[in-house]
Amino acid sequence: MTEAMTHNIENRDEFNVEINGTVGKPLIDDPKFTTRNVDVHYGDKQAIFGVDLDVGKNEVLAMIGPSGCGKSTYLRCLNRMNDTIPICKVTGDFKLDGEDIYAKNQDPVLLRSRVGIVFQKPNPFPKSIYDNVAYGARLHGLTSNRAELDDLVEKSLIRAGLFKEVKDDLHKPGTGLSGGQQQRLCIARTIAVDPEVILMDEPTSALDPIATALIEELMIELSGKYTIAIVTHSMQQAARVSSRTAYFHMGKLVEVNDTDSVFTNPEHQLTENYITGRFG
Amino acid sequence: MELGQHISQRYNAELEDIRNKVMTMGGLVEKQTSEAIKALLDRDGELANEVASSDDVINQMEVDIDEECTRVIALRQPTAGDLRLVIAVVKVITDLERIGDEAAKIAHYAKKLAKKETVTGMHAELSHLSQLIMSMLQDSLDAFARLDSEQAIKILSQDIKLHKEFNVISRLSITHMMEDQRNIKQALQVNWCARSLERIGAHSQNLCEYVIYLVNGKDIRHTNLEHVRRKYFPEV
Repeated sequence: MTEAMTHNIENRDEFNVEINGTVGKPLIDDPKFTTRNVDVHYGDKQAIFGVDLDVGKNEVLAMIGPSGCGKSTYLRCLNRMNDTIPICKVTGDFKLDGEDIYAKNQDPVLLRSRVGIVFQKPNPFPKSIYDNVAYGARLHGLTSNRAELDDLVEKSLIRAGLFKEVKDDLHKPGTGLSGGQQQRLCIARTIAVDPEVILMDEPTSALDPIATALIEELMIELSGKYTIAIVTHSMQQAARVSSRTAYFHMGKLVEVNDTDSVFTNPEHQLTENYITGRFG
Repeated sequence: MELGQHISQRYNAELEDIRNKVMTMGGLVEKQTSEAIKALLDRDGELANEVASSDDVINQMEVDIDEECTRVIALRQPTAGDLRLVIAVVKVITDLERIGDEAAKIAHYAKKLAKKETVTGMHAELSHLSQLIMSMLQDSLDAFARLDSEQAIKILSQDIKLHKEFNVISRLSITHMMEDQRNIKQALQVNWCARSLERIGAHSQNLCEYVIYLVNGKDIRHTNLEHVRRKYFPEV
């Protein structure tokens, strides 16, 4: 998110509604991730204001909201991707299974193998399909011999729903695949290091409806094993894949509730206005 | 609850159009019911004839509105209040169509009853029940038009009164049948009219349940009314 985007939103009158705290159920009993008092600044500009939110074990949490609302910024706090932006300052408590992920002795690279991320645009490395998937396992030394690595690559590709399509072309470049296949390759690469949480930042916005449907199916399947947090601009996608939905608005967390109730009977007027395609 | 203000003006217009059509259909059903009752109470065979054969327009409206709702669901994927509106409308028009059917039935019996002598006492009782039903129907349509769930819960509370009035007519019909066997046919017809009126009352109450679903997002069907009132409408 750029400063200009934040600025734009604030200038729109219809968005200037006061938000006092979060309605619904932002906190849950058995969380994988707990985040408290999260503030994020880009230079002088504050992008996120005091967010308290839990992500449950094996749930798909969808984060929705207008552009510049802070949902992607928040998501990137969860595996310290914001560390790579020099002007970005993140404060607050972030705990993964009770462990502080911003602690001084926490290795961000190791953290990102536990909390993987899939981006909007598929970004396979300019390597073979096999090497793309094997990359993380080699980096973290997860396998001891070639046979184990072959097995891991195959399993990851199967789990990402891509194996059948590429099994005879494992040594062809990953960049030669279609957009949807590339995105599933990135998911295979992410799950190859056996993460606990998968973050997805608009993972299907560059894909056609069929590729999107495949990825959505995959998300639902993967949620049996992983905890998933997804940022999406498609409200139908949030409704289809997630069990809980969080609505962000101008850096504040407005409402978190079961996806069913958010889409049939939201508690907050702003949530209703956003999901029904209104402003006001 | 606001219907307008979507970014898409056309979507605003579509929802507004659906709502207007439901109001028009409600108006027609109300007119049909009121004329059927008038024909019954005034023993006006000609009016009864007209009403009995004129529910085609209402039936067609049900089909048209249904189609429009399907189109909105397919093209707009409505959510939250919009979704509840479309779902409520689909249900409302089914009940409105049934009210139209009941009005036609009343008109059908009114034709037969107009040719015979009035059964003593029946007329006054039918008049009481009719007044109650007409006010329930009008108030329900009004609650839908104004999205007034408090009025809806008040109408739902008239349940006991409705059944009491209906039972009075049932008992009276039985008495007449026992007094003189020649009254049986006519008393049965009166009873069937009362039954249709009672059904119109029940359908009007269904409309009220949809209004509460639409406005408050709560499905209160098959739940204890007192409980609903205490929980969601403590002021009423």
